Amino acid sequence: MAHQPLVVAVELDGFGAHPAAWRASTERPDAVLDPAALRRTVLAAENAGFAFATFDDALTTTDATAHPAEVAARLDAIVRASFAGPLTTRLGLAPRVQPRSVEPFHLAAQLASLDIATLGRAGWVVGDDDQPGLADALDRVVPETPEARRQEVRDVVTTVRRLWDSWEDDAVIKDVTTGRYIDADRVHNVEVTTATFSVHGASITPRPPQGHPVVIAPEDVLDPSLADVTLVAGPDAEEVAFRAERARRQGATRVLAEIAVVLDDDTAPGAGGQGNRGSAAQRLAALDAHVPWQPDALRFVGSSFGLVALLEQLAPAVDGVRLHPAVLTSDLRVLTRQVLPRLHATRLARAPRLGQSLRDVLGLDRPENVFSRKDVA
Amino acid sequence: MTTANPAHAAATAGAAPAPITRPDAQVHFGVFFQGVNHHTVWSDPRSGSQTDFASFVHVSRTAERGLFDAFFLGEGLRLRESHGRLHDLDVVGRPDAITQLSALAALTSRIGLVATQNTTYNDPADLARRLASLDVLSGGRAAWNVVTTDNAWTGANFRRGGYLDHEDRYVRAEEIVRAAQAIWDSFADDAVATSRDAASWAQPGSVAPVAREGRTLRTHVTPTVPRSPQGHPVLFQAGDSPAGRTFAANNVDVIFSAHGSDLDDALAFARDVRRRVVAAGRPADDVKIFPGTSFVLADTEAEAREKQRWLVREQVTPATSLSLIGQIWGEDLSHLDPDGPLPDHDPVARPIDGTRGAARQGADPTAIARALRTRAEQEGLSIREVVIATDRGHNGFVGTPDSVAERLIRFVRTGAADGFNISPWLVPDGLDDIVDRLVPALQERGAYRTAYEGTTLREHLGLRAPLTRRQANGTERTAVGA
Repeated sequence: MAHQPLVVAVELDGFGAHPAAWRASTERPDAVLDPAALRRTVLAAENAGFAFATFDDALTTTDATAHPAEVAARLDAIVRASFAGPLTTRLGLAPRVQPRSVEPFHLAAQLASLDIATLGRAGWVVGDDDQPGLADALDRVVPETPEARRQEVRDVVTTVRRLWDSWEDDAVIKDVTTGRYIDADRVHNVEVTTATFSVHGASITPRPPQGHPVVIAPEDVLDPSLADVTLVAGPDAEEVAFRAERARRQGATRVLAEIAVVLDDDTAPGAGGQGNRGSAAQRLAALDAHVPWQPDALRFVGSSFGLVALLEQLAPAVDGVRLHPAVLTSDLRVLTRQVLPRLHATRLARAPRLGQSLRDVLGLDRPENVFSRKDVA
Repeated sequence: MTTANPAHAAATAGAAPAPITRPDAQVHFGVFFQGVNHHTVWSDPRSGSQTDFASFVHVSRTAERGLFDAFFLGEGLRLRESHGRLHDLDVVGRPDAITQLSALAALTSRIGLVATQNTTYNDPADLARRLASLDVLSGGRAAWNVVTTDNAWTGANFRRGGYLDHEDRYVRAEEIVRAAQAIWDSFADDAVATSRDAASWAQPGSVAPVAREGRTLRTHVTPTVPRSPQGHPVLFQAGDSPAGRTFAANNVDVIFSAHGSDLDDALAFARDVRRRVVAAGRPADDVKIFPGTSFVLADTEAEAREKQRWLVREQVTPATSLSLIGQIWGEDLSHLDPDGPLPDHDPVARPIDGTRGAARQGADPTAIARALRTRAEQEGLSIREVVIATDRGHNGFVGTPDSVAERLIRFVRTGAADGFNISPWLVPDGLDDIVDRLVPALQERGAYRTAYEGTTLREHLGLRAPLTRRQANGTERTAVGA
């Protein structure tokens, strides 16, 4: 192989990426609230050998009566990812969290706790904070201009990373002779002050297994140099390749392409909804008849062979892809039965191994601690 | 977290025995993990990681095997300090409670999952949604242990800083609890479509946007989480001040109290709480009382007392004894000899305000210091010996499984408590002998469940519907029988 294996991630929110997915799903409409359905979905993703799963999220939603066709319920993504943690052993788990929705101090502890509970499989998809209703929902004044928002995202990411570093890895010493549980010199106040917030102390949670859970962000949300994984979206493969190259020039470490997928599904049982069977084009037309779908990512509509060919085409330009199945019970199933096995058979992609952290799977180093003083003997 | 105040351990000699008013009452257990202060022994060879997920799995599964009502996690907003420096003698570091409980929800099926979350430095819409998400994914097993905080020392870690005056801490608490209840009630019970062919996923008009504006908060939000099988997350509260007790009587389902070592003290507390609950228009038994406690069990009473003596010496190390004395005196006394005498001067004049996460909140340090000195002089005790002699570790239950079971049954059947929230002093195995020996001793006496009867935490605790749902259903609060 000329390239490193592709990292293949999958978005698992709701019934799928298409807003009408709930009508085509074989799950009941209330399955977004069902722990058993979540368990089925993450196990399917793990068993197929995806590198990691993401869970889209937002604190609030638009008024349900204004968009009656859309699913109005969604559980907190960190809660979902954490619930998925002990059910899986290899799959990376990356909730989408809006940086403004949560206190940076809490966010650092939440993601560190997810990393601890998953033994190093946590990531964070940095949200864009540009959610309808978010500013009204929050109990504080938030910056409104795009540039101020972008700056706050930067500041939150930087602060959260400092909080993850605030404990050195070997801070707990359990020194029975002196009675000290922890070496106070190995725990550091972060002392961050930004335009919109400040954080003084160290995290309440020790440094997690990966040092930093993997920070995953769209190129237009966070400077690629501040992310571990940059997500690029474009209307076609050429544009994706161009943006990937641009992100690398801007300091991106790993670049993943966003791809929405609608696949031929001839294997589904007849019990499903209208959009459940048939060619990808037929299925998409049926879904779009309910609600038109315009993903801002590259969209692939076709056969599993065609998707594999597209990934082969993209492989020289990107480190991996995040797939957004239109309907989980159809497209995720085709991915797990027909696409991932082919990628693994040809070694275009590789399933995570037991014991690998998400950083290992992505080929990322464990970050140095900014507070460690290596020069001190 | 509130910790026990040694001053509450009142003398009981000569008091008439409390009457058995509830002959069929059952003992309930929760487990509080992990504790604060020096009561968790980290130096023992059996002591495992305080933060690894495996430790939490072991404790929660052991508690579920023991048919406990609930598994509690505390919250940290700032690491404890002593004299301006990280307090390094006790266990430090804890996971985020809701995140950790969400993971444990996947590995347990019945036990309640209680997250301590403060009302001051959480956003109402975000907190309500996270709790509701845990409640739904766990099948109705979530609870919120409502705690307040107000000081700038803690606020330095948060966007809003020390914005809240001490007097307003329960104003904020009540406003955020009410906002959360409104958010939890936003979905109609039949909101979600039952068929893929329905006109819309949610029935038109079935999700009510929430708009709350109060003195301390403002939120306008369209919630995204329907109610769980138990309606709302159960509400716990631990504040012991008069304002805290009144807040509890008006708002919560369970009080996590510091009154569980002395029966008369516990009875007086329970009477006070029930009076406030009735004054709030609720049935007297509407709020359950769970004192925090610990157990030292052995085959004989003598062995149990010996084990207790060993335990307290493990908890109160020489360095810890100097630290505890330093907290009272308000100065760094780590240079003193722990086997020598107490300082002969009074503490520096300032209240111990608890802002550094220390115990003995609100007590008068000069009075405490003088009492310690008097006792040390009378009995010829060193610093460490007098700290050991007065340590809260003595306030737990020490004895054989049978004798401890008898005492616990007396607490619940006299109405002094509804259950106990246990802090194990050893991690991760500290619950094992409680579940293997004390629970069977209670079961033999018909005073402890032999199987979970329900699936939700609300059912385990024997609670009625959430307060707002009773009103919504048109039920008189006071008309619900006991």
